[in-house]
Amino acid sequence: MALLEIKNLNVRFKTNDGAVHAVNNVDLSVDAGEPLGIVGESGSGKSQLSFAIMGLLAQNGQATGSVTFDGQEILNAPPKVLNRIRAEKIAMIFQDPMTSLNPYMRVSDQMAEVLTLHKGLSRRDALAESVAMLDAVKIPDAKGRVRLYPHEFSGGMRQRVMIAMALLCRPKLLIADEPTTALDVTVQAQIMTLLADLQREFGMAMILITHDLGVVAGACERVAVMYGGRIRELGPVGPLFREPAHPYTQGLLAAIPRVDQNDDELAAIPGSPPNMSHPPPGCAFEPRCTYRRDGCAQQRPALEYFTADRARACFAPLRMFRQAAKPLCCQILMPPQKR
Amino acid sequence: MFAYILRRLAVAIPTLLLLIIFSFILMHLAPGGPFSQERALPPQVLANLNAKYGLDEPLWRQIWNYVYGIVVHFDFGPSFVYPDRTVNDLIASGFPVTLTYGTLAFVAAIMVGVSLGVVAAIWHNTWLDYLAVGISIGAQVLPNFVMAPILVLIFTLWYRMLPGGGWSFNDPSFWVMPIIALATSYMASIARITRSSMLEVLGSNHIRTARAKGIPEHRVILRHALKPAMLPVISYLGPVFVSMITGSVVIDMYFSTGGIGKAFVDSALNRDYAVMMGITILVGTLTILFNLVVDILYAWIDPKIRY
Repeated sequence: MALLEIKNLNVRFKTNDGAVHAVNNVDLSVDAGEPLGIVGESGSGKSQLSFAIMGLLAQNGQATGSVTFDGQEILNAPPKVLNRIRAEKIAMIFQDPMTSLNPYMRVSDQMAEVLTLHKGLSRRDALAESVAMLDAVKIPDAKGRVRLYPHEFSGGMRQRVMIAMALLCRPKLLIADEPTTALDVTVQAQIMTLLADLQREFGMAMILITHDLGVVAGACERVAVMYGGRIRELGPVGPLFREPAHPYTQGLLAAIPRVDQNDDELAAIPGSPPNMSHPPPGCAFEPRCTYRRDGCAQQRPALEYFTADRARACFAPLRMFRQAAKPLCCQILMPPQKR
Repeated sequence: MFAYILRRLAVAIPTLLLLIIFSFILMHLAPGGPFSQERALPPQVLANLNAKYGLDEPLWRQIWNYVYGIVVHFDFGPSFVYPDRTVNDLIASGFPVTLTYGTLAFVAAIMVGVSLGVVAAIWHNTWLDYLAVGISIGAQVLPNFVMAPILVLIFTLWYRMLPGGGWSFNDPSFWVMPIIALATSYMASIARITRSSMLEVLGSNHIRTARAKGIPEHRVILRHALKPAMLPVISYLGPVFVSMITGSVVIDMYFSTGGIGKAFVDSALNRDYAVMMGITILVGTLTILFNLVVDILYAWIDPKIRY
């Protein structure tokens, strides 16, 4: 049985201009210990999907459908139930470590409260455990720095603190919502290596949300591509990137700048993302799609498996994608030593 | 931090000196004087009076004598209008009264205002929010000179529970109405500031992190949100405390409490230079002091602020 099972998840936001359909009919499951990537551009609903799982939607947000964790329904669960799951079973790290840590509290207090609350540890034990975890995320002189305030750490170090705080209760699932977006490129690589290492070491499942395909290729086994609040393509990282079966995935891959070619202009998918307060009746990608055909604008393709582990939501025949595949670009994406 | 406080206090001295000089000059620029009456005094009498109080000397000399008297003897001079009372006497008798009901009103305004604001923010856009906002708007549009007679009507004339005026340090029943009348509108402002800043803090990323850590909501609010939400309230409170103590003219007039608020207004009307100066300096000192307290509180809440 899957660790996390998402069935027909929808997220709506009530606004003054009507409802915004942020996430639509998402089915997804994550196995224990599995690292899963979710990619998509800004506004594709990937972050709201993770907030819905954690029950952290904004006040005007409403989630429907079902999310079960270890067989227990957690979507829209009462606060008491959710607070036993959060941090203990499912932990989360956020995009911006500058603002996601409490700037008015010492790191020691922010970390220790997780353990005193969930594990009933004494303050002294909680502090020792926190220092051990800061050591585990490779913060130098953790013992001396645990009493500092977040602003006394650099951006990368703050994200390490964030990760350490999330791992304190040894969660079974870690949701990382764009953990490297706000960081320098060199620091991004360090944080991703650390996350991938910790994920294996702790044997926990991970949902890695990002718009960086390279990051997903390095850290995940499976990936879900989201567009317009729906999953467009789902499959193992290698085959999916080598031979994308959805025009959006293909466009994303083609948009990666290549160091081996002297391009003057960056490749882009023409057009702009759909307005999710008025989602189109058909395929949301249709206006930007190079493979669009009659009926795409009226009918919405469902996510269907075409091999045992790969699924896509598109009407265009598969053979068209095989011809267009770009193997070289995938070599850049794939790290030299694939697990 | 200690050095910072000392530095701020050192800066306070020239600030106060400037305050004295400017108020002194402004006061003397205004037409009329303490002895101008409807029926003019004989010139001889006026000259004698001016000589007695030193008003015949050049202005710079008057300022010098005044500051000298304060620094060396802590003497703020005699009242020009009540010859038998000094300014020190007037302040010593009025200030404790004002300080008592001002401080209590201040504390009441904070406690009620912050609670209302927090409740409104937590139950944002529910009937509790609307109720709290309604109460605070109602309290804000009700000026204290309307509030005071309403209170007297209810508690004194109808229910005969509280004395309608006067003051006694031994009987708190005299304190109740001045405190309520003074606190109401400030309470409303505090509630509104608290509500909006609390809403902002509750929507911030670090609160989302706290919730993601499985911390119960009441703890999120008390431990993570309340402190930062208080920052704008505190910067508002510094000046408010001073104006609650000094701007309580209406309270002094209506309830005959005998605080310095009435003395201040009377002195301005009577051109009682010495009393006016004395109270101006008192207010100035308090303002400087409470701005310092606000800055210290800021540093205590926000670790990024270092002096």
